[in-house]
Amino acid sequence: MKEFLEGSRAIAEVVKLCKPGVISAYPITPQTHIVEELASMVANGELSAQFVNVESEHSAASVVLGAQATGVRTFTATSSQGLFYMMEVLFNIAGMRLPLVLTCANRAISAPINIWNDQQDSISLRDSGWIQLYAENIQESADLHLIAYRLSEDKSIMLPTMVCMDGFILTHGMEAVDMPKQEEVDKFLPPYKPLYKLDTAEPLSMGLLADPDYYMETRFAIQETFKSLLKAIPQVNAEFKGVFGRDYGDGLVEEYYTKDAQKVIVAMGSVCGTIKEVVDAQRAKGKKVGLLKVISYRPFPYARVYDILKDVPRVAVLDKAVSLGAYAPLAVEVKAAFSGKQKAPRVVSSFVAGLGGRDITLESIKEIFLKLTQKEASLEFIDLKPELLTEEYGQ
Amino acid sequence: MKEIRIHARAGQGAITTASLLGYAYFLKGMYPYAFPHFGAARMGAPMNAFVRVDTRPVRLRSQIYEPDYVLVMDPTLMRGFNCFSGLKENGVAVINEKDSSLLPKTNAKQKIFAVPATDIAMKTIGRPLGNTALIGAFAAATAELDLDTLIEVIKKRFSGKAQQGNIEAVKQGFDFIKKIR
Repeated sequence: MKEFLEGSRAIAEVVKLCKPGVISAYPITPQTHIVEELASMVANGELSAQFVNVESEHSAASVVLGAQATGVRTFTATSSQGLFYMMEVLFNIAGMRLPLVLTCANRAISAPINIWNDQQDSISLRDSGWIQLYAENIQESADLHLIAYRLSEDKSIMLPTMVCMDGFILTHGMEAVDMPKQEEVDKFLPPYKPLYKLDTAEPLSMGLLADPDYYMETRFAIQETFKSLLKAIPQVNAEFKGVFGRDYGDGLVEEYYTKDAQKVIVAMGSVCGTIKEVVDAQRAKGKKVGLLKVISYRPFPYARVYDILKDVPRVAVLDKAVSLGAYAPLAVEVKAAFSGKQKAPRVVSSFVAGLGGRDITLESIKEIFLKLTQKEASLEFIDLKPELLTEEYGQ
Repeated sequence: MKEIRIHARAGQGAITTASLLGYAYFLKGMYPYAFPHFGAARMGAPMNAFVRVDTRPVRLRSQIYEPDYVLVMDPTLMRGFNCFSGLKENGVAVINEKDSSLLPKTNAKQKIFAVPATDIAMKTIGRPLGNTALIGAFAAATAELDLDTLIEVIKKRFSGKAQQGNIEAVKQGFDFIKKIR
């Protein structure tokens, strides 16, 4: 049934339908509403779970790690500095192959302090062994949580998933959302049955020392699992469509007018909606432009990106994050997709926009298409204010 | 597509206003996207909330720069900056202001209405929260929404005494504009 919901409320509702046994979180803007809603659901008896209040994100991540290790489905959510404070534990969660789900309400990183949206937080955790999925709208944000639990808990996967939704734009925005029914969720997501768990009756240890004789194989195993995820994600999305009727294609990427396109922008998250508006307007004028939306950043679908873009003459990559001192994070992956291959776009230009909540407008996107010329742009910042660079900061 | 920009200070209920308007459009079968933008993220700091509404799901995620409609919850905001920047040529603005002689001049096709929303709120709700009176005034000034839908929205959102007071505030805001139009 369609409801008019705030993004955070929609996430809390869908997490409730997934019936986690333990939730732990520490509040941080713009994640707060998600865990507030869940806390009140637990307090008023709507959701039969333990909500563990903690003093920090490090503890929140540790609590869900421990709880998940005892064989229960768990949930946490955070943003920005909170995600970084969890970082040490997040690598442990992936290393222990614990299939938990975390919502990252994407927010910029300090300093200077900034509560607004970009994707620097989750992007910086790209090497952690977590599956990372990026949502365009509130419906997709909610649906990705269902897909996340299903994927993570697959016995052949057993890796955690981070669902990334743009802070404020999606967490605090309100839209019509088709909320799934409990029966549908139960059909799609069976109860969590771990392969192994912490149990005093059958003691075992997790996350112990692996010396040089053993450590590398643990990383190799995760890397192999990420390869198999490139098949598992399309399968789970097909099943999702069967139960809920919504179609996210293969769940790795979404193509929007890419087939005959001369110019394509590659992007992730809510900005894809804005790009679609510009694509429609330019198509109406006969301009062959398109969008390639990346949903799965980890695993990164190199083969799909190659197939879709190999005959496109000009490609622009829009990053809402940076890797200071190097090319932008998404641009690196897109360029790598063509390395050593027979075909490639003549130009793969890299643009950075929307850092720290700088609004990405229709004009920003038009400018990217305009700047997508024969000359390759290597890391150009869009909507930069040159006057701020020449005043006191420049001296 | 129609776009509404709300100017307020953090704590004055701009997000509630956007969500009530969005919900009213939703009940009419439209696809609203209601969203806030915080300035300094402090109580009392100027902030905006927005509603973008269409007959199909809204995809555009930017702020609103050329609104069809402007709502000003706090007239003191008009001293600091131009609340009407980008207002469409035939746009409508509704301002929480007692004294209509203080309204700024605009072009011939634009319409600006003053409604004493805070006074109405004090009488009906007993607190200086003029947003529901302003929503009623918006409906009368723009004919975008009808009174019955707004009352349905208030009934969903508020209960008990607050519900009664807010329904009365919506009605009084609506009637105030009806009379002067």
